Amino acid sequence: MRKGRLGAAALLLAGAAGSAHAAGASASSMPWWVWPLALFLACFLMGIVAVPAGIGGGTLFVPIVSSFFPFHLDFVRGAGLLVALASAVSAAPLLLRSGLASLRLALPLALLASVSSIGGALLGLAMPESMVQILLGVLVVAIALWMLVSRRGSAPVATAPDAWSRALGLHGVFVDRASGTQVAWQAQRTPQGMLAFLGIGVLAGMFGIGAGWANVPTLNLLMGVPLKVAAGTSGLVISLVNSPAWIYLNKGAVLPIVAVPSVIGMMLGASIGARLLAVLNAVVVRRLVVALLLFTGLRALLKGLGVWP
Amino acid sequence: MKPEDAEFPDDALIYARLLELAGRAGLSLLALAFVAYMAGWLAPEVPVQQLPELWSLPVADFLRESGMASGWGWLAQAMHGDVAGLLGIVLLVGASLPALLMLGALYGRRGDRVFAALCLLQFGVLLLAASGVLS
Repeated sequence: MRKGRLGAAALLLAGAAGSAHAAGASASSMPWWVWPLALFLACFLMGIVAVPAGIGGGTLFVPIVSSFFPFHLDFVRGAGLLVALASAVSAAPLLLRSGLASLRLALPLALLASVSSIGGALLGLAMPESMVQILLGVLVVAIALWMLVSRRGSAPVATAPDAWSRALGLHGVFVDRASGTQVAWQAQRTPQGMLAFLGIGVLAGMFGIGAGWANVPTLNLLMGVPLKVAAGTSGLVISLVNSPAWIYLNKGAVLPIVAVPSVIGMMLGASIGARLLAVLNAVVVRRLVVALLLFTGLRALLKGLGVWP
Repeated sequence: MKPEDAEFPDDALIYARLLELAGRAGLSLLALAFVAYMAGWLAPEVPVQQLPELWSLPVADFLRESGMASGWGWLAQAMHGDVAGLLGIVLLVGASLPALLMLGALYGRRGDRVFAALCLLQFGVLLLAASGVLS
C-alpha cells in the first residue's frame, strides 16, 4: 500500500517532468497556461517527496525545473530562492516556539551567509549559462552522492566548547518530545562552522538552491549541535538569508508566473508530505530523490557541456 | 500568549510573531495578485501569449524585449497583473526586516551589545541588497 502510494507519487513526478520535457521541443506551440500549471503540479509533487526524503524542496527545485521546463536558468534560480525562503519563513515561527531553532546560533551564521550569498548571486548572474549548468550539475551530483552515503541522525561527538561559542552564548536546552528528555547542547568548532557558512552562502546565491543539505551537516557534524536543533536552526538561517533573493529581484530575475505557482505548489505539497510522513516509506522516498537528483545533475552537466542541450 | 510560549525566551517569541505576521501577509498578497493576474482582473504589462517566447531568454534579453523594468522600477508598473505579484514577493522576502529591528532594540535594552550589533548588521546587509545599489 505504502509502496503503491510512493510509486504513484514517483510516476506522477516523473510523468509531469517527462511530459514537460517532451513538450519542451515544441514549447512555442503549447498554450502558455500549460507551463505554470505543469510547474504547479511538479512543485506540488516535489513538496510531497521533499519532507520524507529529508531534503528541502529548494534543493530539488532548481535541477528539476531547469532540466524539464523551458524557463531560463536565471528565472529558475530566482524562483528557487523564493521557494526555499517561503518554506523557511512559514516554518521558522513554529520551530522557534517549539525550541527546535536557536536564534542566538542562527544570527551570526546567517550574517556571514548573507554577505557571501550576495557575492554568490552576483557571480552566478554574471557567469555564462553553460558554466552555471556545469557547476550546478557537479553540485547536484555531489549532493545526491552525499545523501547516498551519509547517515541520518548522527550523534555529534562531544568536545569542549570553543571560546567563540562561550562568548556568544551558543548553547541551549531543548525538550526531545520523542523521548521526553531534556537535551542540553553547546556549539563547538564555531570558527570552522562560520567559515563553512561563508561557503554555503556563496553556493546558495550562485545556484538559487536551498541550503538545508549543507546547513544541517555543518551544524550537526561539525558544530556538534543535536540533529533536531540543527535542522530547526538551518530553517531559521534560510529565513534570514534573503539577500540573494533581493539581488535576483533587482536584476529582474523573478518572474511571478514562474515563482508564484512554484511557491504555492511546493508549500501545499510539503504540508501534505508532512502528513504522509508516517505512512510513506522514507527510505524508498530518499532513494527515489537520490535517483532523481543524480539524473537531473547529470542532465545539467551534459546541458552545460553542450552534449544534451 | 500561547501556552507553549511561556517556556521560551522573549527574543525568539518576538521574532517568531513578527516573522509569522509578515510572512502570512506576503504569501496572501502574492496569491491574491496572482489570482487577479490569471483571472485577467489586472491587465498584464506583457501579454501572456507572448511569454513562451520570452521566458527562455536570459534576464537581460528578457527585460530588453519585454520592456519590463529592473531594480525598483517595477513599482511604476505595479498595477499590471504580471508585476503586481512582486508586491507580495517583496513582503515575503522582507519579512525578517522589521523582526530584526525589534530584536536589535530588545538586545540593546538588555545590554547584549554583541547581539544588538549582529541584528543591526544583518538588517544593514539585507537593506543594502534590497536597495539595488549592488545590482
